[in-house]
Amino acid sequence: MTGDSLLSGVEEPVVQFENVGMRYGLGPEVLSDVSFQIAPRSFQFLTGPSGAGKTTLLRLILLSVRPTRGLVTVFGEEVSDISNEALTGLRRRMGIVFQDFRLLDHLTTYENVALPLRVQGRSETNYRAEVVELLRWVGLGERMHVLPPLLSGGEKQRAAIARALIARPDLLLADEPTGNVDPGLGRRLLRLFIELNRLGTSVLIATHDFALMDLVDAPRLVLGQGRLQIER
Amino acid sequence: MGQASPPPHPSMPVAPDQEALPATLRRNAPLVPTDSAASRALAAVIAILTFLAALCAGAAEIVASSADQWQGSVAQEVTIQVRPSAGRDIDADVARADALAKATPGIATTRIFSKAEAERLLEPWLGSGLDLSDLPVPRLVTLKLADSPAPDLKGLRSALSEAMPGVASLDDHALWLQRLSTMANTFVGVGIAIVTLVLIATGLAVVFATRGAMAGNREVVEVLHFVGANDDFIARAFQRRFFRLGLRGGVIGSCLALAVFALAGLLARLWRSGPAGDEIEALFGAFHIGWRGYAAVLLIGVIASVVTGIVSRLTVRRFLR
Repeated sequence: MTGDSLLSGVEEPVVQFENVGMRYGLGPEVLSDVSFQIAPRSFQFLTGPSGAGKTTLLRLILLSVRPTRGLVTVFGEEVSDISNEALTGLRRRMGIVFQDFRLLDHLTTYENVALPLRVQGRSETNYRAEVVELLRWVGLGERMHVLPPLLSGGEKQRAAIARALIARPDLLLADEPTGNVDPGLGRRLLRLFIELNRLGTSVLIATHDFALMDLVDAPRLVLGQGRLQIER
Repeated sequence: MGQASPPPHPSMPVAPDQEALPATLRRNAPLVPTDSAASRALAAVIAILTFLAALCAGAAEIVASSADQWQGSVAQEVTIQVRPSAGRDIDADVARADALAKATPGIATTRIFSKAEAERLLEPWLGSGLDLSDLPVPRLVTLKLADSPAPDLKGLRSALSEAMPGVASLDDHALWLQRLSTMANTFVGVGIAIVTLVLIATGLAVVFATRGAMAGNREVVEVLHFVGANDDFIARAFQRRFFRLGLRGGVIGSCLALAVFALAGLLARLWRSGPAGDEIEALFGAFHIGWRGYAAVLLIGVIASVVTGIVSRLTVRRFLR
């Protein structure tokens, strides 16, 4: 396992937080003085009790919220006043698995998984084979024409993961990706992430499933009361 | 689920196995959900507005072309008026005016209204059976203009006033023609103004509908952003959807308007054979809107859809900013 979240050699970190603080409106700080790096091709967990700020930290990396203080750098780009175009470029290098999946209910499983390729302007005939192969690989080969409301929890999860993987991201973020599945399927999905990591993607999995984390020897970013500790 | 095989990756060529895809698989559905009650309502609004705008444009076109017809026939004729004056022989004056007119190039034929005819022209006002011999009734010579050479009305007018000052005058209906054309232009102007207003109303309806659709599809927009869609892509998706709605509404509205004009033309033809036919024909000429009218109606349908597309795109871009 390439489990080092510190810089190895001269390679630029995929994500770098420096003394990041975050509050919503006038509320208390959800995160304070958070500093860490995610190295290329690294694998790490993000954990902590509910409400510790895991989702906020993921949203900061996703650039859907901006820090109230401190510096967030993604793929070498400081994001405080990033242009919309650059933001789109950065997001195309990330794959995201949301806790609530966020599949589009009016599109088939196939169309949902193909979405990241479609928004890049590629034609359907051009990406068809890739999408079908990935769908088969996550076990949704027979379900590709089904609309998400008719999928089971585990199938939705796999569709969401397939959508995050389809564009071969440099960074994969997953928020409780095994929360809705039985332990057996959870382990299989974890293996999928590890496989992806071997092929060069940095992976950050937010979870509070200790059984799952114990399966992999990987550093854990532990959030507690808005502060971050790194356990190796 | 494949346990051992690694996920697809650029380094591994993927075999195209298209025949394995079910034929019924929907692959490229619109990214913005299309079939909602709000969409149908918007299409109906656009159809109604297009219909009204097209009716208005067609009516303006009928007025304009009828006015053209009237002007054409009226302008083909001018009149010389010869007033009786003490100590002059009016018949000689009329004959002289007629001779002057005949000598002018571009006058096709002349016709002298006799004294009896001139008196008969007054009958509607004065009643019949009156002895008008004591009244100084003016006499008329009507001149039909030839298409070529161009008639020299100016020369004729000055010749008349030179030969018979204060007695003979030439009336080329210029004042009347000017009034007629002012009226026709006013109608056309009002028509264009109403069409413009209707198109603006269409645009505003689309702005509200787009904002509603954006709010209703916030989730979709957010997901599209997260999977790497830029604002332009999202705006295009909405624009495509609204352009289609606009096109549907525009086509329905235009077709209804065309049907109404066709029906009205048919009815007008039926009525023309009846007693009221002369009045209708006098008012509208032949009741048909001609290719210009049909083109205007279709153009309005197209403009309505284009306006819909452009306005929705601008609204989305502003909403995303």
